[in-house]
Amino acid sequence: MHAATQLIELGAIVLALGLLGAVAVRFSISPIPLYLVAGLAFGSGGILPLGASEEFVSLGAEVGVILLLFTLGLEYTAGELVGTLRTSAPAGLADLVLNAAPGVAVALILDWGPVAAVALGGITYVTSSGITAKVMGDLGWLGNRETPAVLSILVFEDLAMAAYLPILTALLAGASLVAGATTLGIAAATITVILYVALRHGRLVERFVTSPTDEVLLLKVLGLTLLVAGLAQQLQVSAAVGAFLVGIALSGPLAHTARELLAPLRDLFAAVFFVFFGLHTDPGQLPPVLGVAALLAVAGIATKLTSGWVAARRAGVAARGRLRAGAALVPRGEFNIVIAGLAVSDGVNPRLGPLAAAYVLMLAIAGPLIARGVEPFIRWRGIRPSRTRPGAARDEHAVPRPADGVADDRVDGQEDVEDVEDVEAVDRPPAPGRH
Amino acid sequence: MDVERTSLPGIGLRHVFTTGRGRQIGVVSHRTGRRDLVIYDKDDPDTCVVSVALAAEEANAVAELLGTGRVVERLAELNRQVEGLVTEQILLTAASPYAGRRLGDTRARTRAGASIVAVVRDGEVIASPRPDFEFRAEDVVVVVGTDEGTAAVATILHGG
Repeated sequence: MHAATQLIELGAIVLALGLLGAVAVRFSISPIPLYLVAGLAFGSGGILPLGASEEFVSLGAEVGVILLLFTLGLEYTAGELVGTLRTSAPAGLADLVLNAAPGVAVALILDWGPVAAVALGGITYVTSSGITAKVMGDLGWLGNRETPAVLSILVFEDLAMAAYLPILTALLAGASLVAGATTLGIAAATITVILYVALRHGRLVERFVTSPTDEVLLLKVLGLTLLVAGLAQQLQVSAAVGAFLVGIALSGPLAHTARELLAPLRDLFAAVFFVFFGLHTDPGQLPPVLGVAALLAVAGIATKLTSGWVAARRAGVAARGRLRAGAALVPRGEFNIVIAGLAVSDGVNPRLGPLAAAYVLMLAIAGPLIARGVEPFIRWRGIRPSRTRPGAARDEHAVPRPADGVADDRVDGQEDVEDVEDVEAVDRPPAPGRH
Repeated sequence: MDVERTSLPGIGLRHVFTTGRGRQIGVVSHRTGRRDLVIYDKDDPDTCVVSVALAAEEANAVAELLGTGRVVERLAELNRQVEGLVTEQILLTAASPYAGRRLGDTRARTRAGASIVAVVRDGEVIASPRPDFEFRAEDVVVVVGTDEGTAAVATILHGG
């Protein structure tokens, strides 16, 4: 009868997630906080404790993290990552210092020890790129001038995660300084090799993965990702980072197809992961940490607003856009829970899990609301746009009206971008009789 | 006209330009093939006030209306303006002796007295091609001239 119980429980969980997802869509909020709540409800000390399907859920959670990171890696090309590092490192570093500080400070003040401080710093630092990108798309902000700055921050954060997760894994394993340094060396070497392969020999990877049918492609990509993730885990680099790097190594049309194929799987297993985290958090533990979580949430909003302000100002954007950039960066979600999950499974501090859960719940819900409210706030406060023309390419060039018979203006530099056809500015045809 | 190109990591590309009258418009090209047509606030160059998401086909339709249509329209206008002037669109088949050869080789102006003013290739208009322009099979050649002139060019291109 054990199998039957498992099926019943699993079915109940997934169905409940579906219903919650419908609620999330109805109110156009991110489903992540709802999944966490579902996990809290089903978990130990919740209203409906489950027991039988623990094993499957924990493996599913593992796969969920890997797929989350893999699809995140697919979003970027190696070229974009390197380019972002070159151009927006100052803003990215400011974002890191500003946002990790409250977490580190709170952990130290509460006397949780340095390892918990590193974990909590990571939890308060990372923006949820998934929620942010969706909110910006929903609000029609993609064309805004501050958007590239915001996206660069997200890329920088994801790269920072690729370096941070191995460090955290080493610290949690209680590795000595020497062992930790070795781990980091291995991690750095792995990341470098994968980036090098992706940048220089992307063709080889693609040739290996290219498949006659979608079915074959799905199996190949999923197998490769899980395999690399497992090997990375073996090398103490953390499975998530391995998966992220596989995603980066794939680019172009292939990445696009892979993303479409894996999206449903990722959605399922990522939901299982959030539930799993909730299952392991005792709702009874939440009230004692609510105060601290609220404090951190307020600090987290303030620091992200500052980060966005700084990044947008560097891009030459006026006050309105700077506020929008900050608001877009507020949501926290996937990565924060991934970090908390790692820390909790290694038993850093029993309070850390509930604190992270409460923090993410608050900011995953507050973030999109703040983003929606920022434009009305600007209008209410009457923040005037600057009449000047910010932006790099605007000031130096006056824009002449095309006179008759001006030669075609070509937009060049298109070659390095996939899927974007050449753009040709077509001039007026000249008067006849003029070759 | 300056088109400012910005990459949007994880999303795609953005092209923005300012019209002669000082309005800013742009296109966000998603990797998925989606295109957003964005129009900026008159007073605030940072903010787009309208953002219309277009599927790949819809974007092509808009491009066609803005681009190809313009050329054909202008030619039609020319026809009306100038008595006795006609526009012909001639399809260059693979059988044509000029497929793969240069425009100058046709000596169309000298021989027929009509001008080749544009070539439409894969839905894109190549305006005022130079003598060193190389024809390909399936090009549509747009010719302007008198009735006889355009007919003569058609004969030349078809291998007469």
